[in-house]
Amino acid sequence: MTIWSVIGAGVAGLAVASELIARGEKVQVFDPGGLPGPHSCSWWAGGMLAPWCEYENAEEPVLRLGQCAIDWWAARTQLHHRGTLVVAKARDLPDLRRFARRTEGFIDVNREEITLLEPDLDACSNGLYFRAEAHLDPRQALGDLCRQLRESGVEFHRKLAPSRLENAIDCRGLYARDVLHDLRGVKGEMLVIRCPDVALTRPVRLLHPRLPLYIVPRGDGIYMLGATMIESEDSGRITARSMLELLSAAFALNPGFGEAEVLEIGVDLRPAFPDNLPRIRRLGRTIYANGLYRHGYLLAPALARGVVDLALENKHSEMIDEDRA
Amino acid sequence: MKAFYGTKLPNPLMLGTAQYPSPAILEQSFRKSSAAVATVSLRRESGAGQTFWQMIQDLGVLILPNTAGCHTVKEAVTTSHMAHEVFGTRWIKLELIGHTDSLQPDVFQLVEAARILTEDGFQVFPYTTDDLIVGERLLGAGCEVLMPWGAPIGSGRGLNNEYALRAMRAEFADVPLVIDAGIGLPSHAARAMELGYDAVLVNTAVARAGDPAMMARAMVRAVKAGQLAYQADPIEARDMAEPSTPVIGKAFLS
Repeated sequence: MTIWSVIGAGVAGLAVASELIARGEKVQVFDPGGLPGPHSCSWWAGGMLAPWCEYENAEEPVLRLGQCAIDWWAARTQLHHRGTLVVAKARDLPDLRRFARRTEGFIDVNREEITLLEPDLDACSNGLYFRAEAHLDPRQALGDLCRQLRESGVEFHRKLAPSRLENAIDCRGLYARDVLHDLRGVKGEMLVIRCPDVALTRPVRLLHPRLPLYIVPRGDGIYMLGATMIESEDSGRITARSMLELLSAAFALNPGFGEAEVLEIGVDLRPAFPDNLPRIRRLGRTIYANGLYRHGYLLAPALARGVVDLALENKHSEMIDEDRA
Repeated sequence: MKAFYGTKLPNPLMLGTAQYPSPAILEQSFRKSSAAVATVSLRRESGAGQTFWQMIQDLGVLILPNTAGCHTVKEAVTTSHMAHEVFGTRWIKLELIGHTDSLQPDVFQLVEAARILTEDGFQVFPYTTDDLIVGERLLGAGCEVLMPWGAPIGSGRGLNNEYALRAMRAEFADVPLVIDAGIGLPSHAARAMELGYDAVLVNTAVARAGDPAMMARAMVRAVKAGQLAYQADPIEARDMAEPSTPVIGKAFLS
């Protein structure tokens, strides 16, 4: 029986492995960094399953393919079905109107309705509520996938994949630039803070002309603040400016965030193709799946299905842009 | 059309490269508009951003690096030198932000930085207000182009003070003038060209439009229309009707 070798244990690789297992295949996973951890950019993600919000600044496939993600993840990890709240300060209302015009799947909410949803957001007079969206904790989700894969007999090898593997599926993210020359890195910076004084129960996005901020609750008073989007490939550090912007945006949302403890600072590069949409390429004996950009958890399920459809049934999904088997 | 430090532009549209949904859409916007110049900001993150910068260079248009986000003379000068290393051009769009909310230029530091950069061999395109005296000082510092704002960056309000922009055009008749910042609509861009400006720089209005490439096309048509109109010497507005067909032979009351 064929053994599929998935290279890379980030969200793309694990989703592909999970999809192969779901279709009764045998899988092994290679990652020199071991199990998912800080070496993979999925570790630093927001974990929002927000296709309608993302559609504001993304192309149509993100909206359509992203919607399958909610059921896919619900079957594999704990999902919080609490929707997304998008808010703006009074002076940025044109940005809120534009956001509303550029997407769908929301209802308008006023100050009272916002505080009914999130009592600690009393400083915002206008917002949009995307009821159908959900969020997850990325690290928990990666852990759950690993556990399920192990239980299904998947072996994890903490080493580089041997060269000239048969039936390889390369999900190395930005590390695959040696082959995928049109991949680039888009820098993202995020913070994890603990702030039990502020209670938010769903992802909140604050529209702001300089830095659109999102806050994702992780439970126990812990929040992820994200994320910058910088056309830079320097993943070494967060700049003071970015940190100031992230924290001051959170402070603007609720001054209680001024008392937060900063637990973690995350900086990494999102792998992206020029149109910021994911791609599947079959080159020789390897299938490459990459370019999830800022939509790792949102588009990994669709990407994984596309890969497995190609691998098992030779079916071509729209994400395939090159097939030279 | 006036030359910018000796370079004549094939058309009077300059496009910024920030905030597009993706580099692919950025590239389409340039292709659909045949914009002559791409401005690009350099975050001072050393050695970073190579892929994106390479994409900008691959557009095959003139590159005008800028010092967006700089608040001090020192930062702006350092960024300019880095821009020269990355893009190999002596052009620099000098931005020195004085106010966080309005992003209004700090004209005092601007003049100082322009002087230093000119001495260092740069050809400076200063982002300035519509103040005539500041314009004078910038020219005195060695600038041969001025880029007054139409309105605050990203505000899309158009030409906030047309009177001042007209005065600037009249005062600096021989200097290439570019409207930088504040353009929201093609009509704003056309208006700037009708006033006799030599080019218009647009970023947010294109990049944040629902269809950036389509808006880029609209902008280039607008600037060309405005430029033609200016060259055609438009009529003066007047208060009373001026019949376009003779009235002789018709009864009229005096």
